[in-house]
Amino acid sequence: MAGQGTTAATAPVDTARRAHAGNGKARALIGPGLRTFLIFAVLVALGALIFPSSYFYRVGTLVWINTLAVTGIVVLLGYVGLVSLGHAGFFAIGAYATAIGPNYGIPSPLAMAGGVALAGLLALVVGRPILRLSGYYLAIATLGLGMLIWMVLSKEAWLTGGPDGMTVSGMNARNLFKLVGLKLKSAEAWYWVAGFVAAIGAAIAVNLANSPSGRALRAIHDSDVAARSLGIDVARAKSRAFVISAIYAAVAGALLALANGYITPETGGFMHSVEMVTMAVLGGAASVFGALVGALILTALPQLLTVFADYEHMVLGAIMVVTMIAMRRGLVPFIADLWNRRKS
Amino acid sequence: MSLEIDGIGIAFGGIKAVDGVSFTAKPGEVTSIIGPNGAGKTTLFNLVSGVYRASAGTVRIDGRDVTGLPAHELARCGMARTFQNLQVFPQMSALDNVMTGCHMQEKSNLLADLLGLGPARRATVRSRDAAMAALARAGLADLAHRPASEMSYGQLKRLEIARALVTGCTILLLDEPAAGCNAVETREVDDLIHAIAEEGKTVVLIEHDMRMVMRISSHIVVLDQGRKIAEGGPEEIRTNSQVIAAYLGVHGAAEAEAAAHA
Repeated sequence: MAGQGTTAATAPVDTARRAHAGNGKARALIGPGLRTFLIFAVLVALGALIFPSSYFYRVGTLVWINTLAVTGIVVLLGYVGLVSLGHAGFFAIGAYATAIGPNYGIPSPLAMAGGVALAGLLALVVGRPILRLSGYYLAIATLGLGMLIWMVLSKEAWLTGGPDGMTVSGMNARNLFKLVGLKLKSAEAWYWVAGFVAAIGAAIAVNLANSPSGRALRAIHDSDVAARSLGIDVARAKSRAFVISAIYAAVAGALLALANGYITPETGGFMHSVEMVTMAVLGGAASVFGALVGALILTALPQLLTVFADYEHMVLGAIMVVTMIAMRRGLVPFIADLWNRRKS
Repeated sequence: MSLEIDGIGIAFGGIKAVDGVSFTAKPGEVTSIIGPNGAGKTTLFNLVSGVYRASAGTVRIDGRDVTGLPAHELARCGMARTFQNLQVFPQMSALDNVMTGCHMQEKSNLLADLLGLGPARRATVRSRDAAMAALARAGLADLAHRPASEMSYGQLKRLEIARALVTGCTILLLDEPAAGCNAVETREVDDLIHAIAEEGKTVVLIEHDMRMVMRISSHIVVLDQGRKIAEGGPEEIRTNSQVIAAYLGVHGAAEAEAAAHA
């Protein structure tokens, strides 16, 4: 009886496996991570081709920095399904470490690395107790964490310059390009650096999604109980995702500090946290391309349409509401669906 | 490996959902848990697999006390399960669902996963092959790339079996695997479970389809209101008056007995 069952079942598997192997070969030439990197690289270059002035480069730099930070949110929210309203705190830790370091004789790259490590460590320590929570409770707990960081940055004026913020001295990306004999304007140089780092960040996030760890994260997203029953250490996996996303935010923060040359505690403020989550949700929290589209729209729109200046936060809220009602999975999946429906 | 349950119990708000249940499930056999609705069968599974913490009793795997271990560690001890109310990953394809089951077999590390290095890729390729084979065993090979959210109830039931199988488990808890299956599918599930047991795995089954239970079980444990009321081979259970009483009520049992004597 059993033997019959297995022989009957072998026939379909062989064809299915063969079909799959063929499919896999075409894809194996270039892995999903590398493919993402190349797409991002092309987009970065495309931007550089069409930008008419330094101003555009500066906005472009912001877009890539935000894309990087939002990619971290994608890992946390899109992959695992955890909401953080405190990620601006990690962003600010990266930014302020990069700003403060040189004042104490620590070179920029080292200060940057230190800030990123600090953010990761904080996420590791705080994550364990916080990540037992889920849904609103987690959102509120992370919100509290973000507020704490913001308060420290605003109050400890001797270190951070207080509410007025502080200038960032040290590294300029131009020097990096000079090393290889390229003379770029500062704004252009930062644009390329930010784009490059965002592309690497995207590739890493895509690699993760297609890996054993990534499958575990997506499993937790869909069913905690089932994930546990398959031997997935849910607490550890969540903690890792939290640390990874904090590192993304901190690297983005460090880049912003260097590229802008000036930072204020608002980089760690609640509104900035909300902005990051909004970007992810608007674009589509499940993919890095969603992160890019969300960051692009919400960074470029207020810059290009200065009429919004006074109403920026209202527009942000309105966009969030409309997205939630009309396309809950975000712009990128929404458009992809439309496209597929038209084709078929 | 054998699964030994000894006096296990849990109470919810003073009601003893499972109360001092003991039995042993042996490798190579199908041990079935039957009983009327609300008898505590699924609660028993949740206790054994670490979803709930038992307030009394012990669970041993081959003599090793594993009582109170968290679910993911029990999985590492070789225990896998399916769920009565389905716990599939709806956003994933059938293949990805089953690949997730390979988690414990995957020899990779976080760094390799992030950078897309060899260990991560090899683990993924291996998991894909194992998952395809398991899907084929469960009769779902053609549906490998279909999102789980678009599969039927009976298909999802079998998807959970495939996912549990690839964990490399030695003890398999199946909670109503034939629910939502038609007669042909039920027969297939039946064959599959039989084959799994023949491989030497310890199978514990909760099932309402009595014909299936009688056909494939070596051993049957009967629960009623959280307690074990009978235990034995299919023949013993079929004729046990307490079991008949639990299912049909005392009145029905008397009638059944009368009918048997007539």
